[in-house]
Formats: sequence, C-alpha cells, structure tokens
Amino acid sequence: MGCAVTAQLAIFFVLATLAVLGALSLIFQRHPIHNALSLIVVMIALAGLYLLMGAEFVAAVQIIVYGGAIMVLFVFVIMLLNAGVEERTNVSKLAGIAGIPLAVALLGFLAAAIARSNESAQAGLQSGTLANTKEISTMLFREFVYPFELTSFLILVAILGAIVLAQREKS
Amino acid sequence: MVPTSYYLILSAILFGLGVVAFVFKRNVITIFMSIELMLNAVNLAFVAFSQARHQSDGQVFVLFVIVVAAAEAAVGLGIIILTARNRQSLNVERVDLLKL
Amino acid sequence: MISFLSANANLIIILVKIALLLFIVLTVNAYLTWFERKVVAHMQSRWGPHRVGPHGLLQPLADGAKFLLKEDPTPAGVDKFTYFLAPLMALALALTSIAIIPFGPKPLHLFGHDITLGIADLNIGILALFAITALSVYGVALAGWSSNSKYPLLGGLRSSAQMVSYELALTMSVVGVLLLAGSFNLRDIINAQGTHPERGIFGWNVWPQILGFFCFFVAAVAETNRVPFDLPEAESELVAGFHTEYASFKFAMFFIAEYTSMITVSCLCTIMFFGGWLSPFPASWTFTHYLPSVILIPAGLWVIWDGIRYETIFGRIILPGIGTAITAIGAALVVFPAVNEFVQGPFWLLAKIFVFLFVYVWMRGTLPRFRYDQLMAFGWKLLLPVSIANVVITAFAILKWGAR
Repeated sequence: MGCAVTAQLAIFFVLATLAVLGALSLIFQRHPIHNALSLIVVMIALAGLYLLMGAEFVAAVQIIVYGGAIMVLFVFVIMLLNAGVEERTNVSKLAGIAGIPLAVALLGFLAAAIARSNESAQAGLQSGTLANTKEISTMLFREFVYPFELTSFLILVAILGAIVLAQREKS
Repeated sequence: MVPTSYYLILSAILFGLGVVAFVFKRNVITIFMSIELMLNAVNLAFVAFSQARHQSDGQVFVLFVIVVAAAEAAVGLGIIILTARNRQSLNVERVDLLKL
Repeated sequence: MISFLSANANLIIILVKIALLLFIVLTVNAYLTWFERKVVAHMQSRWGPHRVGPHGLLQPLADGAKFLLKEDPTPAGVDKFTYFLAPLMALALALTSIAIIPFGPKPLHLFGHDITLGIADLNIGILALFAITALSVYGVALAGWSSNSKYPLLGGLRSSAQMVSYELALTMSVVGVLLLAGSFNLRDIINAQGTHPERGIFGWNVWPQILGFFCFFVAAVAETNRVPFDLPEAESELVAGFHTEYASFKFAMFFIAEYTSMITVSCLCTIMFFGGWLSPFPASWTFTHYLPSVILIPAGLWVIWDGIRYETIFGRIILPGIGTAITAIGAALVVFPAVNEFVQGPFWLLAKIFVFLFVYVWMRGTLPRFRYDQLMAFGWKLLLPVSIANVVITAFAILKWGAR
C-alpha cells in the first residue's frame, strides 16, 4: 500500500515536471512549430494526470480532440503561413530582475494559501473505472442537456464562420 | 494518493506560464497557443476538484471547455490567416493600425 | 535471485510480454512485406521475390540489412529536431497501439502465475486506440514539413488532411458497436458478441452493423494511407510524398509504422465486427476444435513435399524443416487437448487477422487510386453521413429490440 502511494506521487511528479517543462519550452522556443510541439507535450502530460486522477474519459477526449484535432489545426496553419523564427523581443533587463523574484514570491504565496486550505486534507479516491464514462454521459444528457445542445449549435456557428472566413474575395 | 492541492498548484503554475507566454511572445499564433495553455490549466483545476468531491460535474464541464476551445481555435485561426495575408506578417506588433 | 524474480513477478511478466510482442510484431511486419510482394506479384502474373532464400523467404532479412547499412543523409536546411522526431513518433505510436489488443480469452498458467494474453486491458480500449490514431497525424505532417522541400510538404499536408477527415468517419462508425456492447473494453466487445454461443457466426457484430463495418474498414484504409487512398505517398504523383527526403533507417521506421498500423486495423476489424477470438461454428460442434490441426498438418506436409523438389540445396534443407515444424505443431495439438483448447481463441483471431491482411494486399494489387478531391469528397460527403446514419439506426434498433 505504501508502495502504491509513492508510485502515484512519483508518476505525478514526473508528469507535472513534463508539463512545466513543456510550458517553459513554449515560452523560450522561438519557432512556432517548436512552440506547438511543446504545447502538445503539455497536453499529453495533462492527459496522463487526468488518467492518474481516474478521469479516463476526459483524458482520452483531451488527447483525441485537443491533441489530435486542435493542435493539428495549429500545426497546419503554421505550415501554411510558413511562419518563421520569431524576432527577438526587446524586454528590459530591469523588468526581468525585478519581475522574476516577484512572480516567484506571488506563486509561493498562492501555493501556501492553496496548501493550507481544506482541499488538501483528504485527497479524493479514484472513482470506479467503468462508472466514470457512464456517470459523465448520464450527467451530460440529463442535467447538462441544454448546454450540450448549445455547444453543438456553437460548433455549427464556428464551422460556418470558418468557411466564410476562408472564402476568397469576389473581386 | 496525491493531495488535491498539488494539482491546484500545478494548475496555477501552468496558468501563470501561459500568461507569461501571452505577454512576452510576438508571434500571434504562439499567443493563441498560450491561451490554449491557460484553458488547459483551468481544465486541470476542474478535474482535480471533481475528483476531490467525487462528483462528475467538473469533468462534464471540462468537456464543454474543450469544445468551446475547439470552436474558438477554428474561428481564431481563420482570422489569423486573413490578418497575416493582409499585413504580410505574423508579428503582433505590426498589427497596430485599424487601417492598413 | 529467485526471490527477487518472484517478488517483482508482475513487472517481469509484463516486461517479458512487451519484449516478446515487440519481437513478434516486428517479425510479422517483415514477413508481411514479403507476403505483400508475393501476392501482388502473383496477381500481376509474375513471381515476386524468389531468389533470396527459398521462395524469397529471406527477402525481408535482406531488406532489413539494406536499411541498416545504407547511408543516412540529412538534407540541408531541415529542422533537425522535427526531422528526427517525426519517424520516431510514427513508429512509437504505431507500436504502442499493439499493446492494447487482447490476443486470447484464457490466461496462460505458467510458474503459478496467470498470464493474460495481451499487455494492457484498458477499460477505455477503443478510445485509447483512437487517441493514438489521432496523434499519428503528427508523424506525417511534421515529416512533410521538416523536410524543407516542396513535394514532401504538399504530400504531408494532403496526407494529414486526409487522415483528419477520415478520423471522424472512423470514430463515428464504431459507435454502433459500442452501443451494442455497452463498453469501450475490447474484451467486453468480443464477449458481447459471444453471449449466444450457439449462434456462431451469426452472433458477430458484422450482421447488425454491416454499414458500420464498411465505413470503418474504408476509413481505416484511408487512415493508414493505403491504396486506394495513398495519393499522398504514391510514386508517380508526388515522388514519394511525405517521406521523400527520408533515407534508410528513418524510411524503414515509416514503413514499419505503416505496416504495423495495417496490422492494428486488421485486429480492430476482427475484434469489433467479426467476433475476435470466437469460433464461427456453434459452440456445440466441438469437433471443430480440431480445425487448427486439420489445417496445419496438411499444410506442413505440402511444404515438405514442395521443399524436397526445390531447386536450391538451401531450399531443400530449410523448407522440409519448416514443414516438419508445422506438422509437429499440428500433431501436438491433437495429442494434447488442453493445449488445443487454449490455442482455439488465438487461432481464430490470427486466422481472421490474416484474412484482413490479405484483403488489404488484394486491394493494393487491384484498385486504382483516388484523386485527392475525390478522396476528400468521399470522406466528408459519403462516409461521414453514412456512419452518422448508422449510429441513429442502431440507436433506434436497440431501443426497439434490446442490445442482444
């Protein structure tokens, strides 16, 4: 039992480090394709974290939709627009020297506040694996049926919008 | 078990990094990607809370967030393509006039 | 040493299974290329590889040696990280999808441990496979882009657009099967088809889901970029599409990834629509349990007879040896009924997978390819509406008559 707990913590730290490294790589890489690849790494790491929490359907949907469709769209657009390496930003050094410690301090306060709250008292148990998808689908089609239909309408509007935007001008 | 606060702190870190990328990057597509990163961080917080309270509401809402992000990405990238064609540049600092 | 092994037995069993499955999959890949070349050649009234080893059986080894020893140039101006990442990603994803497939119903009892056939029994089996399919678009798109050349870029973009379009039809066509089975787990899907063992072949999902099966098969062929959907990598159209600039070993990685995804698709078709490891005969016909032996023993004898009269000396030694091995396996199945019972499930699964692989190769030898706009129109205007209609029809049918 103790072995299982530390294994979960170890996996959490590995995935969390992967996610944070991906996000840092998103900031520091200068070519848009590398930024896109870093974001994909972050998404896969997050999907792993969702699996660790027992939310397997959300993990699969994250990879299929976010990682397999939305990011493919980003990669396509970067390839089509032939985006090159980004120009150097003129960031003032003073902002860096003053800002980074401030940001770290803010993060530390936030982390301390979160850790001290009640949520950390009892970590949630894993919900049953098959019941997870069934629970989500039941809830989606009963309590959340109105937002569900609205989002399908939203997707339709987005498709129409994208088609209108992609039309060539009738000159 | 991993305490929920760990997930929340990770979510806060990712959100913060998303904001940093949003502020400091010049390429409009990268800025868009940092928005997706922020949405992902929020999704992580949702799922963490859903696990802590043994309810599936958080996970259902995550599905909605993903769908809305997809719609937003589609239309937003369409706008970006048009803007890039008009201004011949993906640098967001060049898009500073309402008229070309 | 023994206590270390028994303490970490689970981990070691999984590692051994992974290593074994990897070896088997790579060997099957290699001989699948041989099989394809032979079958396509015979369809075109020629022989195919027949010089390297008896009946060309050592051709895959020769190809493998060529891929390993050839020069591997990196073109100038490529984006190095992405150029090296793309084939790696394609191969890793293709091989990962084999881990989810279950190969047999009964676990093997060895050294006091129950070893299930199949590495990971996921409760979201099908979703995980779709996730892997969704990610494999990147292998193609990044390969095309990073090659810093026009034809690969075009081929890569076309191919990834094709894969994304057919992914929708792929996932929708499977929903009917999921409704009938009530679970994403691949073992549950097979067991749902076996709830009435006396129905045999008529209990399989292909009869109620015939539309779904055709949508799935066509969409899967398009996903794996095989004929008739292989415009993005066709030689006469776009040089070699997205893998033009890739040389020996990286090209071999794409190659292996393509054939492995062929195998995965065949496994999925069998599991979801054709009953997986279920026998087509009703369960009461127990004499059909001798069918593996009935096939293997004459096949082994025929290989021996063919080998004795073969031209080269090497063939005259090897082929009878292979024939004897096959006959011995067939005879062993008759002599040991417990082994025979265990082998029934995997035998039927492998036989059906073999039939699907043959259909893949048959299509390659027979059909012309789609033009790109025809391909996209087919995927969006025909396949997607048909698969959505299949879902609606299946849902109504289940409401009326119940799932089984």
